Amino acid sequence: MHSTKRTYLHRLEAEAIRIMRAVAVEFERPVLMYSVGKDSSVLLRIAQKAFFPAAIPFPLLHIDTGWKFAQMIAFRDKICREAGVELIVHTNEQGRKDNINPFNHGSARYTDIMKTQALREALNLGKYDGVIGGARRDEEKSRAKERMFSHRSKSHQWDPKNQRPELWSLYNTRLNPGESMRIFPLSNWTEMDIWNYIYLERIPIVPLYFAKKRPVVKRDGMLIMIDDDRFQLEPNEVVEERSIRFRTLGCYPLTGAVESRAATLPKIILEMQQGARSERATRLIDNDEAASMEKKKREGYF
Amino acid sequence: MPDPSSSDTELQALTRKQNTKSLLRFITCGSVDDGKSTLIGRLLYDAKVLHQDQLEVLQKDSRNCNAGSENIDFAMLVDGLAAEREQGITIDVAYRYFSTSNRKFIVADTPGHEQYTRNMVTGASTADLAILLIDARQGLLTQTRRHAFILSLIGIKHVVLVVNKIDLMDYNEQVFIDIKQQFGKFASELDFSSIDAIPVSALCGDNIITNSPNMPWYSAEALLPFLENIEIEDRSSDLFRFPVQWVCRPDLNFRGFAGTVASGVVKVGDEVMVTASLKRSKIARIVTFDGDVPIAEAGDAVTLTLNDEIDISRGDVLTHIGQPQDHGDQFQARMIWMSQEPALVGRSYLLKIGEQTTPAQITDLKYTINVNSHEHVAATHLEMNALGVCNFATARQITFDPYDQNAVTGSFILIDRISNATVGAGMINYGLFRSQNIFWQSFEVNRETRSELKNQTPAILWFTGLSGSGKSAIANAVEKKMLADGYHTYLLDGDNIRHGLNKDLGFTNADRVENIRRIAEVARLMADSGLIVLVSFISPFELERKMAREVADDIDFYEIFVDTPIEVCEERDVKGLYAKARAGELKNFTGISSAYEAPIHADLHLDGANATPEELAKIVTEIISWQR
Repeated sequence: MHSTKRTYLHRLEAEAIRIMRAVAVEFERPVLMYSVGKDSSVLLRIAQKAFFPAAIPFPLLHIDTGWKFAQMIAFRDKICREAGVELIVHTNEQGRKDNINPFNHGSARYTDIMKTQALREALNLGKYDGVIGGARRDEEKSRAKERMFSHRSKSHQWDPKNQRPELWSLYNTRLNPGESMRIFPLSNWTEMDIWNYIYLERIPIVPLYFAKKRPVVKRDGMLIMIDDDRFQLEPNEVVEERSIRFRTLGCYPLTGAVESRAATLPKIILEMQQGARSERATRLIDNDEAASMEKKKREGYF
Repeated sequence: MPDPSSSDTELQALTRKQNTKSLLRFITCGSVDDGKSTLIGRLLYDAKVLHQDQLEVLQKDSRNCNAGSENIDFAMLVDGLAAEREQGITIDVAYRYFSTSNRKFIVADTPGHEQYTRNMVTGASTADLAILLIDARQGLLTQTRRHAFILSLIGIKHVVLVVNKIDLMDYNEQVFIDIKQQFGKFASELDFSSIDAIPVSALCGDNIITNSPNMPWYSAEALLPFLENIEIEDRSSDLFRFPVQWVCRPDLNFRGFAGTVASGVVKVGDEVMVTASLKRSKIARIVTFDGDVPIAEAGDAVTLTLNDEIDISRGDVLTHIGQPQDHGDQFQARMIWMSQEPALVGRSYLLKIGEQTTPAQITDLKYTINVNSHEHVAATHLEMNALGVCNFATARQITFDPYDQNAVTGSFILIDRISNATVGAGMINYGLFRSQNIFWQSFEVNRETRSELKNQTPAILWFTGLSGSGKSAIANAVEKKMLADGYHTYLLDGDNIRHGLNKDLGFTNADRVENIRRIAEVARLMADSGLIVLVSFISPFELERKMAREVADDIDFYEIFVDTPIEVCEERDVKGLYAKARAGELKNFTGISSAYEAPIHADLHLDGANATPEELAKIVTEIISWQR
């Protein structure tokens, strides 16, 4: 069935490469969701490996909510330029005009309009049928059951009770008109695998992942970094300088930092091995209720 | 990213160690309420891979569902979907990940209920080992036997019998021995290379990480150490198999074949061949992003280049010279059915094997297997979750190996052509009619020679549009014009074919698919004989037209959309059909009581309302000759 001699990272990489190639040959309009985070950085490297020496045969798509960390945007543009890939950036223009933001509209509504709806808009606009994402099954319970090739209806909805069985490494990529597939080549990776791979492969990542003194406030038990002057401070909140790093990156007002002195990859990996909290605990939107991610995914959230 | 600190070497060693771990994929199965999810939850908990916040949510959730209970409900960790938490059962495969100091584990937790057997098969298809759970109070149940049988059918060689809830039997050794013997007897007919048994209590943590003082009579390894140390037999064949997934052609100087080595080993300089065409060459380079390598082995995703320019495309399989695969269009396989709609002999499905996809049908259902008695039972169809042995015929020749020799090149799935659901999973026993010794002859007279004689490139022009849109009139005008220009053509009319070749077909979904399949196949045969074939057929559904395009395969296929508004068609009403449909005399009439899905991928879009058929025919012939 497969070799037991190769290391597990080698096997995970080979599996991801095979899936990446399958997307390129089996879909008419594939696209890679590039979120600028560490998982996306790994995805991008896997895509480069899959098609080498040819270029990546599909574009990258970034949903820009307008509230990403400034360093993410700078990093994104630099990496895409260097890799010579086509980057499509999409923002929900109506949302931007209405100044939808995480402070005045609440995280749930903001996420729905600027992320979920924006994504649906972008997918409809590009008529993408094969959409590659960096989600991993170890992130969250509802993801543990999602297929590598995950079917979406015409309205981008996921039906968890009616998933296609996925046997061996045979992926059923057939779609009816208007339907699409989300594809997760890193399904079997864990957060630790991602860090180890980034380290061994020397993959560039956004500097926010490394600990540094940064201005933060404590809000709802999380450390939120003040990335620009649009941040709305509550009356009793105090801005402090703390040595922090991020385990995941998203919209800065909704992404919690962890206190850390780990300024290099080996130190991050070591800290993780001693660490106690799972990475999604630093996302405000997941903590609403246990089944919240499943609900969001059914509605089309990535 | 170099780290200047002194701890760097230590950290690097640590990371390297992470990367040299081996991987064990296992599945947990057994009957309902045997405590599978609890066992995995316990493994994760005791292996200390749970994060603090996950434990907090878990404790909160445990209280929600199971008020008053003091224990943590470990099953909550793996029963991820809301529906499952409400119903308290596992309805889908959940994948979990954990690692110890020398091994990484991927666990597939699969459902116990009979109606979810297909999910268990899914989990088993990628596993190296199976944990078969048994409730010490219940002993062997029908479902346990069924699962053991499926495991052996899928080819899993290592089984661990975990006798759970032994605490409820007062840690009685005899209970354990009886179950072990009972299973040993049953499994002697099955093809396992190792069967071990461990008595545990997942709830109390006995014999999970360390040997429990409650069972001094058990001295072999506890479960986790056992999983860490077991040697997995490499059951893949030594024969080199490389299904070509993608042809990499970045420029004129590079032509590589990208794929994943399914089995065996390949080195630079090896002589290789393609079974389907018998073409041969030598491996020039093994290319990867990280540089060329001298050798690639099973599981490696690489790109191969060859010394000679031979015609190889996606779906072809490279092997070593003298080690060809089976090649043919008929084979026997064992199959598990996964759909509510039963498997029917003669119905057309899509068969996907490796990188090859082809229409296929079951030609003969030999028998189904009773999983309890292992008896062969005669049957006319396969119900959901049933196992059967069937003969298959594929529309195109495929290359394959028997599943027992190669799980990658011998396994396939069946896809429903209407719903696109994965409806069956099969494992090939052997090719029929000794197809392994009969190779496809490259006939001296082929499409190329036949079309050369006619001095034309064959093609299929597929006209779609509403009744009365002018399809047939345009197709007719095109044919007249082409004939005048010296082309060899044939016009197939959907209506006419229903009077002859397809007069046995009605308008059910299955018949509809068969109707279009026959028209598409006839068009393909005619084009293969060198003709330019014009098809005039309402073909209202995108799916049907897609199917026709697929059947045409490598023959030039043009989808021509005759776009005439329904008002215009209705006004013309040449055949008086719209009037009848409006009066309710015709059911499922396209445009009135049944939808017409306008093509989104049409090669040519004609405005049928504002031009004569002759004018439109001129556009068709001009554009098509220009495109070619």
